[in-house]
Amino acid sequence: MNAALPLDTGTGPACGSPIAHESAHAQVAGRAPYVDDLPEPRGTLHAAPILSPVAHGRLRGLDVSAALALPGVRAVVTAQDIPGDPVLAAFAHDEPVLARDTVQHVGQVIGLVVADDVRTARAAARAVRADIEPLPAVLDPRTAHAQGAYVLPPVHVRRGDAAAAIAQAPHRLQGAFAVGGQEHYYLEGQIALAIPQEQDQWTVLSSTQHPGEVQHWVAHALGLATHRVRVECRRMGGGFGGKETQAGHVAVWAALAAHKVGAPVKLRLDRDDDMLITGKRHPFAYDYAVGFDDGGRILGLELSMYVDCGFSADLSGPVADRAVFHSDNAYFVPHVALHSYRCRTHKQSATAFRGFGGPQGMIAIETLIGDIARHLGLDPLEVRHRNLYDDAPAPTWTVPLPAGSTPLPPRRDTTPYQMRVEDNILRPLIDTLAERCRYAQRRAAIAEWNARSPVLQRGLALTPVKFGISFTATLFNQAGALVHVYTDGSVLVNHGGTEMGQGLHTKVAQIVADELGVPVARVQVSASDTARVPNASATAASSGTDLNGRAAQYAAASVRQNLAAFVCGLDGCGAGEIRFEGGWVLSPKARRRFDDVVREAYANRIQLWSDGFYRTPKIHYDKTTLTGRPFYYFAYGAACTEVAIDPLTGELRVLAVDVLHDVGRSINPAIDVGQIEGGFVQGMGWLTTEELVWRDDGRLWTTGASTYKIPAAGDLPPHWRIDLWPEPNREDNVFGSKAVGEPPFMLAISVWEAVRDAVASARRRAGLPADGPLPLDAPATPERIWRACQAG
Amino acid sequence: MSTDTAAPANAHGAPPSPPPPLRLVHRGRVRQLDAVPADRTLLALLREDLGLTSVKEGCASGDCGACTVAVADHGPDGALRWRALNSCIRLAHAANGCAVWTAEDLTQDPLIARTGPLHPVQQALADAHGSQCGFCTPGFVMSLFVLYQGRPAGTPVTRDEAVEALSGNLCRCTGYRPILDAAQAMTALPPATVDTAALHTLLAAAQPAAQPPAPLPDTAAPAYLAPRDLDSLLAARARWPHVPVVAGGTDAGLWITKQHRRLTQVLDVSRCAALQRIDTQDGPHGRTLRIGAAATLHDAFAALQAHWPSLRDFFGRFAGQPIRHGGTLGGNVANGSPIGDSMPLLIALGASVVLLRHGARGPEERRLPLEDFYRGYRQTALAADELVGYLDIPLGNGTAWPEVHAHKVSKRFEDDISAVCLALALWRDTEGRVVQARIGAGGVAPVPTRARAAEAALRGQLWQADTVRAAMDALQSEFAPLSDGRASAAYRRAVLGNLLWRTWLATAAAPDAPPVRLDEHAPWQALLQTTAEERA
Repeated sequence: MNAALPLDTGTGPACGSPIAHESAHAQVAGRAPYVDDLPEPRGTLHAAPILSPVAHGRLRGLDVSAALALPGVRAVVTAQDIPGDPVLAAFAHDEPVLARDTVQHVGQVIGLVVADDVRTARAAARAVRADIEPLPAVLDPRTAHAQGAYVLPPVHVRRGDAAAAIAQAPHRLQGAFAVGGQEHYYLEGQIALAIPQEQDQWTVLSSTQHPGEVQHWVAHALGLATHRVRVECRRMGGGFGGKETQAGHVAVWAALAAHKVGAPVKLRLDRDDDMLITGKRHPFAYDYAVGFDDGGRILGLELSMYVDCGFSADLSGPVADRAVFHSDNAYFVPHVALHSYRCRTHKQSATAFRGFGGPQGMIAIETLIGDIARHLGLDPLEVRHRNLYDDAPAPTWTVPLPAGSTPLPPRRDTTPYQMRVEDNILRPLIDTLAERCRYAQRRAAIAEWNARSPVLQRGLALTPVKFGISFTATLFNQAGALVHVYTDGSVLVNHGGTEMGQGLHTKVAQIVADELGVPVARVQVSASDTARVPNASATAASSGTDLNGRAAQYAAASVRQNLAAFVCGLDGCGAGEIRFEGGWVLSPKARRRFDDVVREAYANRIQLWSDGFYRTPKIHYDKTTLTGRPFYYFAYGAACTEVAIDPLTGELRVLAVDVLHDVGRSINPAIDVGQIEGGFVQGMGWLTTEELVWRDDGRLWTTGASTYKIPAAGDLPPHWRIDLWPEPNREDNVFGSKAVGEPPFMLAISVWEAVRDAVASARRRAGLPADGPLPLDAPATPERIWRACQAG
Repeated sequence: MSTDTAAPANAHGAPPSPPPPLRLVHRGRVRQLDAVPADRTLLALLREDLGLTSVKEGCASGDCGACTVAVADHGPDGALRWRALNSCIRLAHAANGCAVWTAEDLTQDPLIARTGPLHPVQQALADAHGSQCGFCTPGFVMSLFVLYQGRPAGTPVTRDEAVEALSGNLCRCTGYRPILDAAQAMTALPPATVDTAALHTLLAAAQPAAQPPAPLPDTAAPAYLAPRDLDSLLAARARWPHVPVVAGGTDAGLWITKQHRRLTQVLDVSRCAALQRIDTQDGPHGRTLRIGAAATLHDAFAALQAHWPSLRDFFGRFAGQPIRHGGTLGGNVANGSPIGDSMPLLIALGASVVLLRHGARGPEERRLPLEDFYRGYRQTALAADELVGYLDIPLGNGTAWPEVHAHKVSKRFEDDISAVCLALALWRDTEGRVVQARIGAGGVAPVPTRARAAEAALRGQLWQADTVRAAMDALQSEFAPLSDGRASAAYRRAVLGNLLWRTWLATAAAPDAPPVRLDEHAPWQALLQTTAEERA
């Protein structure tokens, strides 16, 4: 027995236990290195980007003489220095690696300066003068739509006859509103270190959610086969979607610079540059018309979404698709017409961000339901309840069907994209939460208090979440892993996922530990590495554990089967009789230490390592009509939020939050609660303080933490209760768990609806109409709330 | 060492003198670093020169706190002073003679008693699942360590204290709940004490030599000059008027990290004992609170709060704690930003700024009402050979201004810059008539400014609704605010008036009425209480 390994006695299963993050102790001790902390290879140089100061224009030339004259500057890299394809290997193939003939947003990277140190590189990059002839710039999606300027063609999803259903409905509302984008504000900015190796081979250390894509993009830009490039990522200082594709650009730039100077090059973006260059959450604008009955049940909905994609497609297609897939949230809408326009603007290319279009889809219908309730004088929770998916028969057809339109489903359980909601738990979940947080009593108390209050008004809202789990691009729903058992019984796991703080490596270690029946401290998860598991999907879409955890489980199971077969041979029993528990291997005849079995198995030439591969079952859909079953299952949750606003200034305080969220059977409750809390607060930021402001000339004004305000510790509501729904995933998923990364983000829509509730109250007190759509766009900044409290 | 040791010539053609040696107390010894350039940040020094990579650059503007380090020195009163500071915008030389800790030092420093593999602060944070991606974590550890050091061992931390201590640290992963829990749990763990006697000795040994060696060098301009006595400071200012003046460095750091300027010479006023002082003086017009320009914002606010306790919440919203620990009131005033929050308050309090220049018979003083100090956007009346010396706040024959109300409106409550700031000092007689009123406003003009028309509308009138309405109208019409990313002109104008109205409502409200302000602690707590009752 190796003394360095923990004792194998008395340990229960790892899954289900709230063990600490695998790096927690190293992180608090300051001993968890990120890319910028690693020792630099000898001769490492530093790069800084040269940025376009113009939103749209013809790039006529660059004057780099002043930059090159600065001491310590080694080179300037431009598009001419790209040995491979000057267009990024992104799937739409529409984005230049470095701007060539035109610039398409303020902050687009035209080139790089390479210098001995980062300060010199940054100062020199600012000394480069770009000769740009300005062209008209489009800065908002509605204008782009009016001009027919799209990065990808529009998509329409229709069922029944929405226009007719709305026209015949007893009540109608129509209007327009908008929600803002969001900066990821990962605390660790984008960074890559490109290190040339022998014989045209490359190592890239990248802070990336998608090492495989970084590998692909770098190889493509350098004109090399993929196997020449190895990408490694031990951990990121936050990702949130911002390091899915965006890390690729940074790595490609570093590699191009390294290629030109023939030395390792590190590119670490200054925060302001990072915010100016990289994509953010997509801002959305909406037009809608909704028809409903006296009880608030939606009869027909027509929703147009103008998606502000920025200058290139990036991930805008799947993001906009997911917005469509979530514009029902939890509600059955019989007649529906959804129009999704992927608008091209001269701004940063909007990209993945936690929720990936889901929040922008969901907030539309939640906003509408709040408005419907106020229009009818009903409690919004009651209206939400009435619209939930259920097994009841769908309404009978009342309007003539246009030719070729999809008929209504027989029951109220089918989404506009034709997927049946089979695992719905929202009714009991919402009822449990409403009871637990005393929704009805507080609703009454708040009304009474608001009537007495001279200025401040409070608001309350309880909103649900139903979030589809699986990559909408079906091919990404696959994963691989390697499990190595060494002769001392220690276990090393490598899988295709990346660690960005979400605890993926911890959960995978728990899964592998239980599969092998060893204490979790025996299991080490290695850095993500394209040389070990190839073609891995991005760690995204909340799928990290579902995919990689299962792949690792399969790999571990394979090793376990080898060991079990070996023990069967020794003891003359069946493989099903061998158990692996607490560091022991138990057969009907003997009880052996795991490490003893391993050692003996090795001596008998038994394979002690294996791969594992997993692909998500059941999913399929038609990409042109957006119909089918894009999701393996749904994750559910609900949140109740109370706020107070000051109509004089628009200031807002979030007073109390109660959450009941569905993670299935939790692999690690501490990590899952952490994801719920962090997601909620991030969503709250999106809808309250986090306002991206672009100037009229297209330059982003909010390029730092001094102007862009993510939530701070003081914004955490003092009443804060998070509970987990106690039921395993009804689909066969690893440990019975459900994905947790993204769904809780949308629980924060309860903050938005509570604000709107308070605004309506303030408007009523001011004698203003509050029974129609409220004039409020997101984020609900003080100025916006103030305006909404008094706009006629 | 950094590569730019060959500094360019100064305005007089002579190269700057070499930077003085920099001494830090670190891990139980005095470490000397030579040839550290004047504009090297403490972050760069720690990460690149000392290899302490737990110190992270998150924003390079003092807003996120990932770079927070703990610094101890002897404060103006000679006592040991613990501060959490943003190393990203602090000049390395500003830490000369100080003790510095980073997250990895807490388990390596022989001066800290070991109670386990981790310091209690770190253990509590790990136990509470307070780190996810971990990038912000070392900064949180250091803010918590300073909170831990600043109190008797084992005394419980309240939620409010935790929030205040962490007001300059951003986390994007956790939502803060586990970190706040850790702050409250850390003092229950076995204490890890610092050997303060040894620390005092080391700090004394690390003190820089008196600067500059008298007489001032003839040709070479100083690379980094931080005189302790006022005469030397003013003489240096007069001799090298083009050398940038730095106090707390919370703005000067941005010249380096964001404007990418090279500073080959710096005049640091923060070591000057006379300017660090805060005291009360008696004069012909009564008592005066004199705040030296090099006093930290934290100390200055504490002194003001002692006279006007109602300002507590306003001060709590001024930046984050590391900026209040590092920045100076004099720097805030000299900087002259129209959105600086201390100036509207000081203007309302009737403060004067005392400017100092070198004179044959000692320092020469020039006194201006603060509102007259500002001449245009980021332009002040400061002459090339002058320094901001003191802020004088009249106290009358007790505390002048029985009532002071300060309001700030920003997108985020904590650590944000005002869209609008309004400060009102009020003196009402027993009949409720306004004897005197002074109003300072920020965010509504190119300079911090005084609202004279609104003051006139209040003066001599009964403090009642129609008077306040008239003053609101005056207030809203005497400025032409701009629109920017923080707020539109229309909003600024409207809110400026509404803040005055809110002041009136607060003074007129019945004691048992619902509160009228969200931006103060007490009403905020009252709201919570009612929430709790309804939930019970």
